[in-house]
Amino acid sequence: MTTTVYVPRDSAALAVGADRVARQIAAEALARNLPVRIVRNGSRGLFWLETLVEVQTPQGRVAYGPVVRADVPGLFDADFLGGGAHALNLGLTEEIAYLKKQERLTFARMGVTDPVSVADYEAHEGFAGLRRALALAPADIVQQVLDSGLRGRGGAAFPAGIKWKTVLAAQARQEYIVCNADEGDSGTFSDRMTMEGDPLMLVEGMAIAGIATGATEGYIYVRSEYPHAIATLNEAIGNAEQAGFLGDDILGSGRSFRLIVRKAAGAYVCGEETALLESLEGRRGIVRAKPPLPALQGLFGQPTVINNVITLASVPLILARGADFYKHYGVGRSRGTLPFQLAGNIRHGGLVEKAFGLTLRELLYDFGGGSASGRPIKAVQVGGPLGAYVPESQWDLPLDYEAYAAVGAVVGHGGIVVHDDTADMSQLARYAMEFCAIESCGKCTPCRIGSTRGVEVIDKITSNQNRPQQVILLRDLCDTMLHGSLCAMGGMTPYPVLSAINHYPEDFGIEAPDRAAA
Amino acid sequence: MTETTDTAGPGIAASIAAAHKDVPGGLLPALHGIQDAQGYVPPDAVPLVAEQFNLSRAEVHGVVSYYHHFRSAPAGRLLVQVCRAEACKAMGADALLQHAEQRLGCGVHGTSADGQYSLEPVFCLGLCASSPSIAINDEVHARITPALFDEIVEEARQAS
Ligand SMILES: Cc1cc2nc3c(=O)[nH]c(=O)nc-3n(C[C@H](O)[C@H](O)[C@H](O)COP(=O)(O)O)c2cc1C
Ligand code: SF4
Ligand code: FES
Repeated sequence: MTTTVYVPRDSAALAVGADRVARQIAAEALARNLPVRIVRNGSRGLFWLETLVEVQTPQGRVAYGPVVRADVPGLFDADFLGGGAHALNLGLTEEIAYLKKQERLTFARMGVTDPVSVADYEAHEGFAGLRRALALAPADIVQQVLDSGLRGRGGAAFPAGIKWKTVLAAQARQEYIVCNADEGDSGTFSDRMTMEGDPLMLVEGMAIAGIATGATEGYIYVRSEYPHAIATLNEAIGNAEQAGFLGDDILGSGRSFRLIVRKAAGAYVCGEETALLESLEGRRGIVRAKPPLPALQGLFGQPTVINNVITLASVPLILARGADFYKHYGVGRSRGTLPFQLAGNIRHGGLVEKAFGLTLRELLYDFGGGSASGRPIKAVQVGGPLGAYVPESQWDLPLDYEAYAAVGAVVGHGGIVVHDDTADMSQLARYAMEFCAIESCGKCTPCRIGSTRGVEVIDKITSNQNRPQQVILLRDLCDTMLHGSLCAMGGMTPYPVLSAINHYPEDFGIEAPDRAAA
Repeated sequence: MTETTDTAGPGIAASIAAAHKDVPGGLLPALHGIQDAQGYVPPDAVPLVAEQFNLSRAEVHGVVSYYHHFRSAPAGRLLVQVCRAEACKAMGADALLQHAEQRLGCGVHGTSADGQYSLEPVFCLGLCASSPSIAINDEVHARITPALFDEIVEEARQAS
């Protein structure tokens, strides 16, 4: 009897040798005359256990990890194909606490299925949402998305349904759906995992968005740093077309939707939606002033829905199970779940999908197991490079857009980067300014000039040249950037900078914040 | 700036540009095509692309120079990218970058004298839970220590 063995194809698994492990398993099986079928699944997102190899047994899938090539002969000797005992045996995958404690709605198939197999996808509730959408009037689809409470997962948390409604109401020769897959934030990888591990979910979400708004073309703008995601997406799109879920006359409904993958070129600011549209149109990715809103004049001047990968990927489930099911998760106005991403100096880094409302402390310790270095955790940057450094006094706040905004922090895309007590917060603040200087699109002065000045001022503070005056200057500069920038690149760079100086003044050589906390 | 000695170069660039000129927003895909084929976007390809797209040379040059991904000069045989973003910093990326400069014999944005290596910073490879990370000619590697860095670079050199 042939045994099915799963070896992830996610980049984070490939980066620690998953391909070698897969080849070695195939070679050993051949040498021992044992019939094995290797499926390259996505990652479960338990990255400290990659390469996580799973074996299908009558009891369920048994996990082994982290497996390196040299472990493979020993695994065969221990009868791992039968779920045998071995030092790397982790038991049934579904029972691993880190996974079991999660609420995987969007990531339910992640690591379970073959990412590019339409049959596997359908066997796990795939395309149920699209089938349901095809039976509804466009306005009713939009209503479902509105009722679910789904807000954009790309950072700004704007209600998805409102954007869709605007595009549905707009009159034009052509409408577009654009997926923002530029995921440039440090500490975020849930978009990448989706494209590599369950791309058909994004395909389905975009097709639903198209049917809901009348758009027949969609673009996925993927960063060039993600070659594996681009390849997997293209493979999945080809398979979906062949199976009739994309293209002209989707499932005989008379509706059509085409998807095109576009490779970006390494400019962080192209994650900003209007810069992204400029880039898709073939120009330098420079931010456009709003209005006009992209929903009215977006790609090639036409009405355009532009949403993040996770926003679009959340839609199939909402359609399949209904708005109420989704809305039931979460707190306050933050509904549903967010795939939190635990990264940096953390023992158990990985993807944790939970309903909004849990706390950072739970993520850091119950899931993350504390720092990787074993040293005390000092600062946690939440929400990407433009997010604030959150000190321990705030780790018990619920992760909810409004609760974080109230303390001058952001949940953003759910990226969580952990630093231990060796981190020098003045250097991280300097880095935030430097990053802004390198990545600024240059359109407005506060960001373009302010960030370069910011680096200089922080250098003067740390080398104690007129320190008190320079601190005042830095705060003024941040104020100008906050209020005078055209987009959040310049407008949010002060978040990491001010939070660092307010919560860790000693790292700047000053005693206490001389003004109220940011 | 180096002269292109490859006579096929301009021809390739012109035909790739021609193939994309009617694609909506086709300039980036065309430039990607040229860089994928030749390893960089040669300065003498710029006027050819401009002609196909009915743009000025300045506009095309502006696009090439705006994006970090596009190169106007060839890279070394191995393009080594070291992540410099926060999650990797939290796990020693700064020291790793210094080590890389020494091992490869070139500074950041530089190419080693023997043309073997180019070193570039990168801002996140999406491997932030397995930091620090690097990529060599698009192949990703995670949890990098200096010793592992040397091993991986040597292996890539032998394979290339
Ligand atoms: C500098 C900058 C970078 C951004 N990068 C991203 C990104 O990588 N991915 C993303 O989805 N949104 C990013 N955004 C937010 C987008 O502008 C936009 O809000 C989002 O794509 C809308 O989709 P959503 O409503 O589904 O979140 C960025 C914004 C700024 C200002
Ligand atoms: S804030 Fe910075 S990135 Fe945004 S528009 Fe102004 S210059 Fe460009
Ligand atoms: S920060 Fe280095 S891979 Fe994300």
